[in-house]
Amino acid sequence: MLLGPALALSAILFSLGVAGVLLRRNAIVLFMCIELMLNAVNLSFVALAQLHGASGYVMVFFVMTVAAAEAAVGLAIIIGIFRHKQSVDLRNINLLRG
Amino acid sequence: MTEVVFYIFAAAAVLSAMLCILQKNPMAAVLWLVSTMFSLAAIYVLLNAEFIAAIQVLVYAGAIMVLFLFVIMLLNLGNARSDFRGPSSVAATVVIAGLLAVELLALVYYSPRRLASEFSQWPSYSDPATLFVAGQITQQEAAAKGVVAAVAAPLFQVYLIPFEITSILLLAAIIGAVVLAKRDV
Repeated sequence: MLLGPALALSAILFSLGVAGVLLRRNAIVLFMCIELMLNAVNLSFVALAQLHGASGYVMVFFVMTVAAAEAAVGLAIIIGIFRHKQSVDLRNINLLRG
Repeated sequence: MTEVVFYIFAAAAVLSAMLCILQKNPMAAVLWLVSTMFSLAAIYVLLNAEFIAAIQVLVYAGAIMVLFLFVIMLLNLGNARSDFRGPSSVAATVVIAGLLAVELLALVYYSPRRLASEFSQWPSYSDPATLFVAGQITQQEAAAKGVVAAVAAPLFQVYLIPFEITSILLLAAIIGAVVLAKRDV
């Protein structure tokens, strides 16, 4: 029963994902940090499934599905932006700023 | 023994995640993230979730990360310039992420003990594993019917409608990706 250490690892990985989102300007690296945060949440689901039964595993399944859909659509958007701006740097993506 | 292996893989996961967010080259960052996900798969095995570990390797490390690699190679971002924010943003990042980590770790330290003490008559020092029977029932099912059956039974009985809605989500994502990536819309 490694509940506490697993939840602590999940917290650390989530914070690292947040730090990456705040630290970087590359849109693809930002997406990777979001995947890291989703993975951290998955880890806490799996850790708590030791206590609360198989529903936690089902939630991990759904989170992975959403992550796959998000990655597909997000990367398609990034390819579209790159085609217009020749860059994935967030400094160049200021279309909505006016 | 299990704890030693857990801490080894936990250290590997944290180290790879830090290298992932600190790596200038996006290609190297993806490879470090793959390393994080393999470490997490090993940890899932240690937490008695073998099926989730297999899916983690197949879907995350196999499919999603290869998609990221394809896009980085396609857009030729391998030797990009440094994309880190300035020193003031780095300071803000350290403060915000550090605060978040402290809060979450305090919550982690607090919640299992509090749950255990609420569910038991004794105020403290009780093992959460003896108080929540659902987890033990799942583990007995996994031992009796197999690891996949223990996950598949709730997925196709209790969570059948969310599972079907998931297929609509995936269809929408496929159509959206095709429309967005098409050359002239």
